Amino acid sequence: MRHIISILMENEPGALSRVVGLFAQRNFNIETLNVAPTEDGSLSRLTVTTVGDDRVVEQITKHLNKLIDVVKLVDLTEGNHVERELMLVKVRAQGAARDEVKRTADVFRAQIVDVTPGLYTVQITGDATKLDAFVQAMAPVGILEVARTGVSGIARGDKVLTL
Amino acid sequence: MELLSGADMIARFLQDEGVEYIYGYPGGAALHIYDALFRQDKVKHILVRHEQAATHAADGYARTTGKPGTVLVTSGPGATNAVTGIATAYMDSIPMVVLCGQVASHLIGEDAFQETDIVGVTRPIVKHSFAIRHPSEIPGVLKKAYYLASTGRPGPVVVDIPKDMTAPTERYEYVYPKKVKMRSYNPVTRGHTGQIKKAVELMLKAKRPVFYTGGGVVLDKASDGLTDLVQTLGFPITTTLMGIGSYPQSDKQSLGWLGMHGSYESNMAMHHTDLIIAIGARFDDRVTNNVSKFCPTAKIIHVDIDPSSVSKTVRADVPIVGPASSVINEMISLVQGKKITSPDALADWWQQIEGWREERLGKLYEPSRSGEVLKPQEVIEALCAVTRGEAYVATDVGQHQMFAAQYYKFDKPNRFVTSGGLGTMGFGFPAAMGIKQTYPDDDVICVTGEGSFQMMMQELSTCKQYGIGVKIINLNNASLGMVRQWQDLNYKSRHAQSYMESLPDFHLLTQAYGFTAITVSTLDELAPALERVFADKHELVFLDVKVDPFEHVYPMHVPLGSMRDMLLSKTERT
Repeated sequence: MRHIISILMENEPGALSRVVGLFAQRNFNIETLNVAPTEDGSLSRLTVTTVGDDRVVEQITKHLNKLIDVVKLVDLTEGNHVERELMLVKVRAQGAARDEVKRTADVFRAQIVDVTPGLYTVQITGDATKLDAFVQAMAPVGILEVARTGVSGIARGDKVLTL
Repeated sequence: MELLSGADMIARFLQDEGVEYIYGYPGGAALHIYDALFRQDKVKHILVRHEQAATHAADGYARTTGKPGTVLVTSGPGATNAVTGIATAYMDSIPMVVLCGQVASHLIGEDAFQETDIVGVTRPIVKHSFAIRHPSEIPGVLKKAYYLASTGRPGPVVVDIPKDMTAPTERYEYVYPKKVKMRSYNPVTRGHTGQIKKAVELMLKAKRPVFYTGGGVVLDKASDGLTDLVQTLGFPITTTLMGIGSYPQSDKQSLGWLGMHGSYESNMAMHHTDLIIAIGARFDDRVTNNVSKFCPTAKIIHVDIDPSSVSKTVRADVPIVGPASSVINEMISLVQGKKITSPDALADWWQQIEGWREERLGKLYEPSRSGEVLKPQEVIEALCAVTRGEAYVATDVGQHQMFAAQYYKFDKPNRFVTSGGLGTMGFGFPAAMGIKQTYPDDDVICVTGEGSFQMMMQELSTCKQYGIGVKIINLNNASLGMVRQWQDLNYKSRHAQSYMESLPDFHLLTQAYGFTAITVSTLDELAPALERVFADKHELVFLDVKVDPFEHVYPMHVPLGSMRDMLLSKTERT
């Protein structure tokens, strides 16, 4: 099963490499990873999606918690949560396809953020399945480049990941 | 307010922290620190002959005193030479602080002379690491390093110190930080009371219980409590290799140690138990054999300070995260005045265990006949007798390590010092060196083999410099015994590279450093030789014992089998 683990960690040099290193070292897998400082400059929030059975994920969270730089973490998939990913896609947009790309982008509530005579750059936000669907829809037109941020997420309701 | 240079801060901090010994080796990037150490005389620096030996010596110190060992090395090769010793300490959860010189900040990343990213290199084998970015950070970072190394589940901590951080010209305020607080590190101080109650209920109801305890008990100095608990309940106990001595082995409730080469009765008891009380042990693969066949009828109580050790390989029915000592004490107070539900069942269980004990009595190995070459087992038995089981015994890795563990009987913790997790050849001699220095009036033995000894034999020079009277017992079978044993069992005795054809003359070798060597090969020669070896506590003596090269270590787990599947000799199996 896929899990989204959000981690608050010290915004220190080397902290990220400890987290990433742990996954390699313990043979855990990383599907996506994203990291940035929070409103508190001394803390970074790192969100990682991983796939594994309950035992593996239990080990992952325990080992992450053991890292000295990790302050707190939550497995968002344990409860209701909002999950978002941002993707920029450069697609061929010539002739009839130009309108088709625009229409599909509208259907997906995506925005065209850059235009050339032959290309559109489309920005789309959503959960991973929506982004996958958009990639699939664009494939026949001709995708030139894809940049995805990886999943970021937050728990729904009153639950807060903070110090 | 006191202004000190970074180097002087390090020297002062080590004094204020109460560090007795630093094991190290100087080099360019560490020279400011060395100069600061030169100008003080509280902290004693021991100059080893290879940085790996520095880490093992500090490790031996840590394992026997319970205090963190301290290592100082220079950048690049100095630091990379220390890596094996850091990994050794990490695998056995030994508190250690390793101070590494580093090239000056402005050179980092430029492939400067003797530059290595040691924080990167050691990342998977340390509890934590720090890189100093400003001299004023030094006292705080060092305090954190010692705090992290010695609390919770202990382990090695690396501190990387660029040379400019220790420059003698730049001075900053120094205050010894008495306290340390880290928001991201709060080791548990006690177990969950509800879980402990649940565990005690299971213990009182158990019919065929067994304690299975490990290095965690030794590290948390919980041996007395454990002994009390085990004797109050009257249950059998087996320990891991790392837990040897945490319960007196001469006591009848002790089944010895368990696992791949553990005692027959302990492995049988584990297989048939209905309740495992695991404390400070981690269900290592050398213990469990095939986990899918592990202890089929057992419920498992697992006490460990490290949550990631619990239910890692074997699922615990009652997990308890907490330090061994406090959990054991709580268990004792809950057990007090209570009766076990079925004393008859426990009596039957003991009868079954006694049966297993008797089965193997006198059959563990075949002693040498008069005039024949010695068996390694009888050497260890004689060693135990002559030192009354009271010596510190550090081992290297291989057959001799297992024989030392099997035939030397330990009644105290911190006496058997071995690289259990990493299995580091070369560990024993420098570790013994570190121990002997700390306990000069005790017998400190390095049980080794000619393979392992040659990995760190340059340390004879260190022993000469500081007059360290380690007793080296070299079980010399002129082959890499454990490798050879596996080749006998799994590769039709094709002895690929496990035979040592050109051994040095150990007499000449030790004489070159001014020490005495004795060679023996028969039982008649052994007793007088041992007497000579232990005649003077402060003299290093090298005993080269020629032993039977065809001997195997038994019992031995049958690969992929359960705990009870064992080879008992070259011809018998369970």
